[in-house]
Amino acid sequence: MSGSSGARTVLRLDSITKCFGALTANDRISFDLAEGEVLALLGENGAGKTTLMNILFGHYTADEGGVEVFGQPLPPGEPRAALSSGVGMVHQHFTLADNLTVLDNVILGTQSIWRTALGTGAARRKLADLATSFGLEVDPDARVGTLTVGERQRVEILKALYRDARILILDEPTAVLTPQEADALFGTLRKAVAQGMSVIFISHKLHEVMAIANRVVVLRHGKVVGRVATAETDRHKLAEMMVGAEIAPVAPRPATPGPALLSLDQVSTPSEGAAPGLAKVSLDLRAGQITGLAGVSGNGQVALADLIGGLIAPASGEMRLGNAPVEDWSPRAALAHRIGRIPEDRHKTGTIADFSLTENAILEAYPSAGFSRRGWMRWSAARDFAREVIDTYDVRCPGPETPIRLLSGGNMQKLILGRVLEDAPRIVLANQPVRGLDIGAVTYVQEQLIKARDGGAAVLLISEDLDEVLALSDVIHVMSEGRLSPEFARGTMTPAELGVWMAGDGFAEGSHAA
Amino acid sequence: MRLEPIADPGMGRTLGLPAIALTLTVIAASGLALVAGGDPFSVLGLIVQGAVGSKFALLETLNRATPLIFTGLAVAVAFRAKLWNIGAEAQLYGGAVITVLLGTGFLPWPSGILLPTLVIASMVTGALLLLGPAILKTRLGVDEVVTTLLLNFIALLFVSMLLEGPMKDPMGMGWPKSERLVAEARLPRLIEGLRLHWGFGLALISAGVVWVIQTRTTLGYEMRAVGLNAQAARFAGIPVGKVILKTAFLSGGLAALAGFSEVAGLKGSLTLDLSPGFGYTGIIVAMLALLNPLGVVISALFVAGIFVGADSMSRAAGVPTYIADILLALALLSMVLAIMLTRFRVVRG
Amino acid sequence: MAELFDILLSASFWAAAIRIASPLIFATMGELICERAGVLNLGIEGIMVAGAFAGWMAVYSGTDLWTGVAIAAMAGMLFGLVHATLTVPFGLSQHVVGLGVTLLATSATYFAYRVALPEVSSPPRIEAFQTYEVPLLSDLPLVGEALFSQTPLTYLAFVVAILTAIILYRTPLGLAVRAAGENPSAVEAQGLSVTGLRMGAVIVGSGLMAVGGAFLTMSAFNSFFFEMVNGRGWICIALVVFGAWRPGKALLGALLFAAFDALQVRLQQTPLGADIPYQVFLMLPYILSILALVVMSRRAEVPAALMVPYNKGTR
Repeated sequence: MSGSSGARTVLRLDSITKCFGALTANDRISFDLAEGEVLALLGENGAGKTTLMNILFGHYTADEGGVEVFGQPLPPGEPRAALSSGVGMVHQHFTLADNLTVLDNVILGTQSIWRTALGTGAARRKLADLATSFGLEVDPDARVGTLTVGERQRVEILKALYRDARILILDEPTAVLTPQEADALFGTLRKAVAQGMSVIFISHKLHEVMAIANRVVVLRHGKVVGRVATAETDRHKLAEMMVGAEIAPVAPRPATPGPALLSLDQVSTPSEGAAPGLAKVSLDLRAGQITGLAGVSGNGQVALADLIGGLIAPASGEMRLGNAPVEDWSPRAALAHRIGRIPEDRHKTGTIADFSLTENAILEAYPSAGFSRRGWMRWSAARDFAREVIDTYDVRCPGPETPIRLLSGGNMQKLILGRVLEDAPRIVLANQPVRGLDIGAVTYVQEQLIKARDGGAAVLLISEDLDEVLALSDVIHVMSEGRLSPEFARGTMTPAELGVWMAGDGFAEGSHAA
Repeated sequence: MRLEPIADPGMGRTLGLPAIALTLTVIAASGLALVAGGDPFSVLGLIVQGAVGSKFALLETLNRATPLIFTGLAVAVAFRAKLWNIGAEAQLYGGAVITVLLGTGFLPWPSGILLPTLVIASMVTGALLLLGPAILKTRLGVDEVVTTLLLNFIALLFVSMLLEGPMKDPMGMGWPKSERLVAEARLPRLIEGLRLHWGFGLALISAGVVWVIQTRTTLGYEMRAVGLNAQAARFAGIPVGKVILKTAFLSGGLAALAGFSEVAGLKGSLTLDLSPGFGYTGIIVAMLALLNPLGVVISALFVAGIFVGADSMSRAAGVPTYIADILLALALLSMVLAIMLTRFRVVRG
Repeated sequence: MAELFDILLSASFWAAAIRIASPLIFATMGELICERAGVLNLGIEGIMVAGAFAGWMAVYSGTDLWTGVAIAAMAGMLFGLVHATLTVPFGLSQHVVGLGVTLLATSATYFAYRVALPEVSSPPRIEAFQTYEVPLLSDLPLVGEALFSQTPLTYLAFVVAILTAIILYRTPLGLAVRAAGENPSAVEAQGLSVTGLRMGAVIVGSGLMAVGGAFLTMSAFNSFFFEMVNGRGWICIALVVFGAWRPGKALLGALLFAAFDALQVRLQQTPLGADIPYQVFLMLPYILSILALVVMSRRAEVPAALMVPYNKGTR
């Protein structure tokens, strides 16, 4: 990879400031990007990385400051200007239309919309050339909705390359990939850099930053708190800069597993559109143990979470709670069996934005005698409960009558955590419990899960973040295309070995032997 | 431009924006009056006078408000749960038909038993009329906006068929009109000597009951949860489909009471022009009330006043009564915009 | 049964069906364009009323017929602009705004009618579009009379349907509109304006709806009556669903529906019609629309972002 010294500057951010209401998301951020360099933008969730890149790309306009691309000032607030000046962006949440083909997604917006015909012949050839020279093979006529997550990311990168981007911004690109896919992505990036591409790589994963970047800019609370060449630093120093203090990773004591509280025996569920169902999954969730589920998103985790959460029932196979087979499965039934559920999306599934904290706190428990009697709500009891959760779980809020939409993600998650754990559940389903949270909230949530485990609960931790699964789990399964790997005990598998399973390669034909 | 949520909108914003919206609406209506050759100030004055300027006018407004409270409540209850019931018109006629069927001598009962029976029968009929679209929505995902709208046309044709066939009054001199209700089936006056029937009282009671349901019962809590976020409600264990069906039952029943009250309280028989669009106007009433059941009473009075006032203004000043409909449509659109702007600020970039 | 065959084999029946289909084709294509861009336009019923009046009034006031059509379209676009402004940049409920626009357009039309013609007891007539027999083609048996002896507005309806299909599937503009209805962020990320595309689609779509309304006063009849649109707008919304949001299938749906409507009119005149109240026949189109919705509900491919407002700030 070419060094950064002496190369010309292709991108300059000058004193970018952006406020959302009272929150200063970006506070006078400045840095340069040199030609042919990979610059990592490092920071934890909420540090302002994504906002900064959205300003650069024209989704937002900065309150102050400016952007220069190849020496020319970039007009603010116009993605079109950013695109035509050679900036390409691979968003964390893909910006692809699932019902359109790959080719349609790539050529969208690349021709004058007043042209009388959609020229696809030349586009098809160019796409094929790019795919071969960068190792980004994908069927141009496939509907995006049918592609895997890794393939979709290739389409996102192809979109940028197709527009002849000279500067590529990737926002948390490895979050959804297996370790092997991430390596392949790094290979693609190295090829691109060798051809003069400049890259901004946004991440909070230190080992990736060390592996791919030449230089690192560290953001914290919207400010630049460090600039350093990767050659002159190490992971610990970067971590300290990123968090602002020494971080003590959560390290659970060894577990003392008890009997299986929930067992799946050869359970299958139907697939929902592009999302696969479960394919003959067998699984034991044991008391006093955290079972981690690793895997690339969209490989059946939704089906498993929905099954255990009561939203779907097995189509075949048997599900047992304790020793009794489950009948009449529903969210209410799951709750009645003391299954506490932390949903994947706290905004869409976990809470009702316009409901107060009180109303959200009793969302699951309101039919119980404590909160209602013969169809009449007991609001004072509900408020007391909400206050208790707020106090016990350190939910920062103006009061129990505040609409929950006004809370930060971390505080919202703490309320959900309190709602789940106050009832002392026997089984805890934690689906992406720390996604998008800042480090303080992450640590808090993880400690609470360990505490629940130590109290004898069976915890199922579903996460796309392999590091998180490895750190917290007593045993690990990997999911791929609805299939479940055998159980791996803590410390017996390296990330690369798990990656093989995540890619779906470990599964022997028709058997589950390890 | 971009919309940014406002954490704590002040009193000024919360009250000021709707006030501005209504003011602009009135200004626009004045402009229309001018176009139609009237003097804006006298037109507005005549509307107000025609609505509340005399005892007669006031009673007329209260009478006109009665069905609007019912249909407004029907819409408010349904919209709160995001059940888009645009079929209040059909449900209204459903209530009216069953009232006539049972109240023209079929049930030879005294008032004290007959009237409650008619209320219940009407509510069940209206409820059943909305249950169909609601089941199609929850089971098959058929959009209830279109089905309830189309049902309005079907219902009106059905009533027309009845009035020209089995329900036709033999004494009606050929007019498509039903027989008159027996005396026992008529709603008494609310206050002796005033031309205001118990339908109005029933409407006020209904508003109170709906308010209690929404704020104090588990059903109300469930309906609000389903309306605000059905996905979260389903996850939390709320039986979303059942809640929608219960909402439909309540909403259809309330709309049908409008038909019952018009027939038993005011008209005494059923004709094809029983409702000049009370079902559709209920949407405006409910939206202006921000779907609050107590607010529905106030907004129904306001809307009824505009209609009654516009009728009398039209006779005096010659400006078409449709100015009232325009005024209300504008009020609806500007109010939803104003309410949104109390919660979001428009920012650049 | 023999009577049914007689009806189905008569050219006049098919000519009537195509005539009945014409306003539906305009309005269905208009609605389809709106919905493909992600906006449900419940203003359709009122916009058709406004179009019916505007076109007719223009011609009554002395413009020629095609200018009348253009004025009808502009009236529709004006209400489309109201709808688009409230639902696209401001992201208000498309249900509420749509119904509000229908109420506004309908009442504004009736008001305008009373202001413009205060004294008339029955609405005046205009010289409406006459049938234009396409040379040679109109001489074909059955098809000639059914398809090629119609008014120019009917031919225009078919042209509009074909153009809608071509633009949606064969041009960059159509691709952008479809993408706006599937995933607005994809459109934004490729440098196009979601707001512009959606507003444009709603305005153009509303223009077509208004022309559909104008067909009633300028081709099917030659005068304007209250209640003349009579739920056709709502039926068009059902037709869009029935057509699975595809112009070709929607066109087919409109023709099928119109054939059925023409059939019920003719059945009323048969002995069957004497035994069954005429209202039953009149109900059939509405019942058919509901049935169509039920049948299509399971397989319909709804645009993924239909009724989902797009706000750059909430990602």
